[in-house]
Amino acid sequence: MRHFTKLARPYIIWAVAIIIIPLLLIVLYSVTTGGNDLVNIQFTLDNFKKIAEPIYLSVFTKSFRLGVITVVICLLLGYTLAYIISKFSEKAQNILILLVTIPMWINTLLRTYAWISLLSDNGIINTMLNKLGFDSVPMMYTDFAVIIGLVSDLLPFMVIPIHTSLCKIDNSLIEAAMDLGADRFHTFWKVTFKLSIPGVLNGIIMTFLLSISTFVIPKLLGGGQYMLIGNLIENQFISVGDWNFGSAISLLLAAVILIAISLMKRADREDTEEE
Amino acid sequence: MSEKVIIELKGLTKTFGEQQVLKGIDLKFYENEFLTLLGPSGCGKTTTLRIIAGFDDPSSGEVLFDGVDISKIPPYKREVNTVFQKYALFPFLNVYDNVAFGLKIKKTDKKIIEHKVTEVLKLVGLSGFEKRDVSSLSGGQQQRVAIARALVNEPKVLLLDEPLGALDAKLRKEMQIELKKIQKEVGITFIFVTHDQEEALSMSDTVVVMNEGIIQQVGTPEDIYNEPENRFVASFIGESNIIEAVMIKDLLVEFDGIQFDCVDKGFKENEDVEVVIRPEDIDIVKHEDARLKGVVKSIVFKGVHHEIVVETEKRDYLIHTTDYFEPGLEVGLTFGPDDIHVMYRMDWE
Ligand SMILES: Nc1ncnc2c1ncn2[C@@H]1O[C@H](COP(=O)(O)OP(=O)(O)OP(=O)(O)O)[C@@H](O)[C@H]1O
Ligand SMILES: [Mg+2]
Repeated sequence: MRHFTKLARPYIIWAVAIIIIPLLLIVLYSVTTGGNDLVNIQFTLDNFKKIAEPIYLSVFTKSFRLGVITVVICLLLGYTLAYIISKFSEKAQNILILLVTIPMWINTLLRTYAWISLLSDNGIINTMLNKLGFDSVPMMYTDFAVIIGLVSDLLPFMVIPIHTSLCKIDNSLIEAAMDLGADRFHTFWKVTFKLSIPGVLNGIIMTFLLSISTFVIPKLLGGGQYMLIGNLIENQFISVGDWNFGSAISLLLAAVILIAISLMKRADREDTEEE
Repeated sequence: MSEKVIIELKGLTKTFGEQQVLKGIDLKFYENEFLTLLGPSGCGKTTTLRIIAGFDDPSSGEVLFDGVDISKIPPYKREVNTVFQKYALFPFLNVYDNVAFGLKIKKTDKKIIEHKVTEVLKLVGLSGFEKRDVSSLSGGQQQRVAIARALVNEPKVLLLDEPLGALDAKLRKEMQIELKKIQKEVGITFIFVTHDQEEALSMSDTVVVMNEGIIQQVGTPEDIYNEPENRFVASFIGESNIIEAVMIKDLLVEFDGIQFDCVDKGFKENEDVEVVIRPEDIDIVKHEDARLKGVVKSIVFKGVHHEIVVETEKRDYLIHTTDYFEPGLEVGLTFGPDDIHVMYRMDWE
């Protein structure tokens, strides 16, 4: 073991260099003024106060609202899909889960461009509509487009944990419920669903986090004016140049993520204790 | 045990893929009966139980409940309940809610549920455990919850698939006695599955010995033990001397070159048969007092009795006795006519 720790030393140094130091810098930026001017450093909490301004607060609420909608759609679609998959033979299940994950191997950018070519005013869908004699429906740069993009991007993160917990369910519990007089409907709600809750929680937290922190999809499908937390941060660093404010937002988002992950861990632990 | 048939299996077969697991089961279960399906691993006990419960469909044959064919009725509509081998308690419910599960599904009045659950928990000796998490219970306690959860629905028949299999020897004995007591108290039919012959003999009104999807013998524990119908039953039920013999005529059988009086009749003259003699039915006497002679080959103390092997000219005999005999001693073996049980010879094995 000691041997390995020695070997690991260069990597630890690297890790400190590329993870810890930037993180500390973000913390520093978030509580100071003056951007990169490290000579005249001044501590302040104004950056955090600024987040509470209505214009920025609305970005947060919009992000959360969109996140919730995405999660709900992912949950409905993902649960159904996971449930159907779990009814197949083990071999078929492996293949189906593989199919569900295939989109994850393709770059988000590429997939999003595929949506653009489907949804844009002279895209595939509208061309078809026109051919059938209907008017074009503007879909790009709407909530609808962003939600479609997000749902298609995040669906696997819902399907996989739910499928995993459905697979773990001991079939004799299902039979016990039927034995005690529960028909399919009651068996599902009183047993199957209850036992899949850890997977559902994992899926919800994962898709929610990913949907509120994304910036590529809203930028491409929502257009330049479409502002979510991710875009706000990106803007602060890249176009506005207010690194202090950008850092404060990042830190707040990181806090939200940390809390969510610890909730997820707890759900996971309860899941294993049950077995 | 009454005379009224509650469940009847008629020509039941079950095939999984290529493998025929049940090869024509005909069996009657009576009201109030404690019936045990006994047989080695893989003989089709669980499959039989699952067909009665409705979890598996028979490939052919009928399951009659109160005279009505229930083969097509789903499990949740059958008046039977199951105690599963690994209990299958709901981990997200406490003891009370596990037991109340079936009653709540049937939308029973809350007061009645409370009353029934309290009663049944008292019956299985778990009063005061209502709020406990099922995962915090010992194996024996979980077993009791599983029994209570099934019994509270007042089924006409309770199916138990090796319910004591996971318990240690001492607890197992206790639960055997308790189960028997519970069955007497609630007065319903218990169909009990086990591969432990001692358990089957000590608890049951009727024992059904199965092997390879075929019923070998149905009878009271005494019948099964004393009058095994074939070699399989005789050897499965306990250690025995099983000897190839010839039935000279009614009441006379020959083996080891000696003719013995017996109490069996109805065989053909000179029919090839097999004879079983239980180890505790053989007496060791002085060498000159017996026609069957041999030498003590080994003696092992077994707690209550000695297990002695006596080597005779044709074979070794196993004998249980409380007396001690020196190895190497020349002895004689005797047994009465009713200690010899004549069986049909089986072609297979
Ligand atoms: N669902 C199934 N698919 C395929 N084969 C099965 C299935 N269920 C049971 N079998 C086979 O049927 C045979 C009988 O199984 P069963 O479970 O009824 O035996 P058992 O008498 O209960 O044995 P044990 O004492 O080991 O529980 C076994 O060979 C088993 O492999
Ligand atoms: Mg079994």
